[in-house]
Amino acid sequence: MKKTLDKLLLGVCVILLVSPAISFFLWMLSLAFKNEVDNLAFPPVFIPSPPTFANFIKVFDSGPFFKYLLNSIVVSGLATGIALLIGVPAGYGIARLKAKKLLMVIMIARMTPAISFLIPLFTLFQALGLTGTLAPVIITHLVITVPITVYIVSGYFETLPNELEEAAVVDGCSPWQRFRHIALPLARPGITVAAILAFIFSWNNFIFGAVLAGRETRTLPVAIYNVLTFEQIAWGPLAAAALLVTLPVLLLTLVIQKEIVGGLTAGGVKGG
Amino acid sequence: MRKLSRPISPFIWFIVPAVIVIIAVIVFPWMFTLWMSLFDWKIGSVARFAGLSNFTELATNTRFLESIAHTLIFTAMAVAAPLVLGTAAALVFHQEFPMRGFLRGAFVLPMMATPVAIALVWVMMFHPQQGVLNYLLSLVGIGPSEWVYSPRLSIACLVLVDIWQWTPLVMLIVLGGMASLPADPFEAALMEGATRWQTFRYVTLPMLLPFILVAGVVRMIDALKTFDTIYVITQGGPGTASETINIYLYLQAFSFYQIGKSSAVVVVFFVLVVALSMLLFWLRERSKYYE
Repeated sequence: MKKTLDKLLLGVCVILLVSPAISFFLWMLSLAFKNEVDNLAFPPVFIPSPPTFANFIKVFDSGPFFKYLLNSIVVSGLATGIALLIGVPAGYGIARLKAKKLLMVIMIARMTPAISFLIPLFTLFQALGLTGTLAPVIITHLVITVPITVYIVSGYFETLPNELEEAAVVDGCSPWQRFRHIALPLARPGITVAAILAFIFSWNNFIFGAVLAGRETRTLPVAIYNVLTFEQIAWGPLAAAALLVTLPVLLLTLVIQKEIVGGLTAGGVKGG
Repeated sequence: MRKLSRPISPFIWFIVPAVIVIIAVIVFPWMFTLWMSLFDWKIGSVARFAGLSNFTELATNTRFLESIAHTLIFTAMAVAAPLVLGTAAALVFHQEFPMRGFLRGAFVLPMMATPVAIALVWVMMFHPQQGVLNYLLSLVGIGPSEWVYSPRLSIACLVLVDIWQWTPLVMLIVLGGMASLPADPFEAALMEGATRWQTFRYVTLPMLLPFILVAGVVRMIDALKTFDTIYVITQGGPGTASETINIYLYLQAFSFYQIGKSSAVVVVFFVLVVALSMLLFWLRERSKYYE
């Protein structure tokens, strides 16, 4: 009897915990798939009947959505790629040198508000005449991706057993060969998590693009924000646009939640 | 024989590229900001050395001082509530139940979702006429609220969004901590016939305290830095009712291009963040001491 009661109580707790998140995203879906009359109805209409794709069509028609999508992919892709290229060896070096001081710099970077990086870099990019290209956006996104990568990857390398590498040293492997042929393949799961999280946090970033991007170089979050302020667009298309931007992240989180949870717990990391 | 200086470890070369990038995009901006805070400089004009006058001006700038107050109020609420809720959530997710993985994934969705996207949906939900939140209030017999359009409520509404978004992070950190706890004290408590509340209060909570405080530090830093949701939902309004330091900073820097003044704000902000973080780390050391 007590056991059933316990189970029931646990079930109620779980439902209470997940319902704010789930109902929010269901409401977002509902807004995106309803026509405008239903979206403005009061009392609100909850289930779109029939669901309409008109909002999505409007998003694609009303602006260069695919251009912004491409911008987002290029910015987050390159920022993540560069971060892996330099961050993975650095994580390995930090783990082997036990250079904890470098991680301190990264922790302080995490404490610093994004705008404090933006003021100097904005001034610099203006002086260099780089504004209006994607380069400033990509470079500033390194502020997000490099620390996450170094932090997660160095933590992962520290957990790897040392014996294999020691055997390799006996066989005359250089440090680079140790890294390339032994440590790197073993660390692949950690690197994957770092890459995914770096990409997501870069994808989600708003402020760097909001300051540095011109009309042609907006990333998706900046683009949908501008839709809100300048074009007085209706709710349905706005919700549809918001959904399109964040849907890849939501699906990724649900599919590989175990890995993401592991990576996030490792350092409580979050970008920008 | 004299010992020669230790040869440089070859592993240094693995770090060099990252160090260069970190200096370029992180350390250089810090130095530049510190330097610029001493100048009277608006983009397009000539920079004039101004000593500490940017800082003395800030000390009497009511709008800036109010933004500090807003930031501290927002932060206090946006740290305390997620710590309590997140710890409770961790206790629940530590249990075994069907579909736990999926539900935990669903629970962390708010913190992974694109902040601008969710902020846009919150804007629609807060809408005083057509918003769904006022409808939900009407179901329980409460009259419509102005939500973010009310100067008295706007900060509280932003806190609500922040709690919704970031309680999962606290949950994850505390849950990670729970997984690392030894089993013996719990078994002992069971043997002694402790009630569930006693076990939680005298065994679980004290052992979890260091993790909760780490979550507190992380949460506090993020709350102080909150930008996207505030900027999209209220832009600091109505008026300046919900203007935090970060929003004030953004306007000074990128609407008025006051580089010198806003650099001074960054320096003050940074000192505030570091001071509060050190306070929490100090608390954490003390909590360890009493273990």
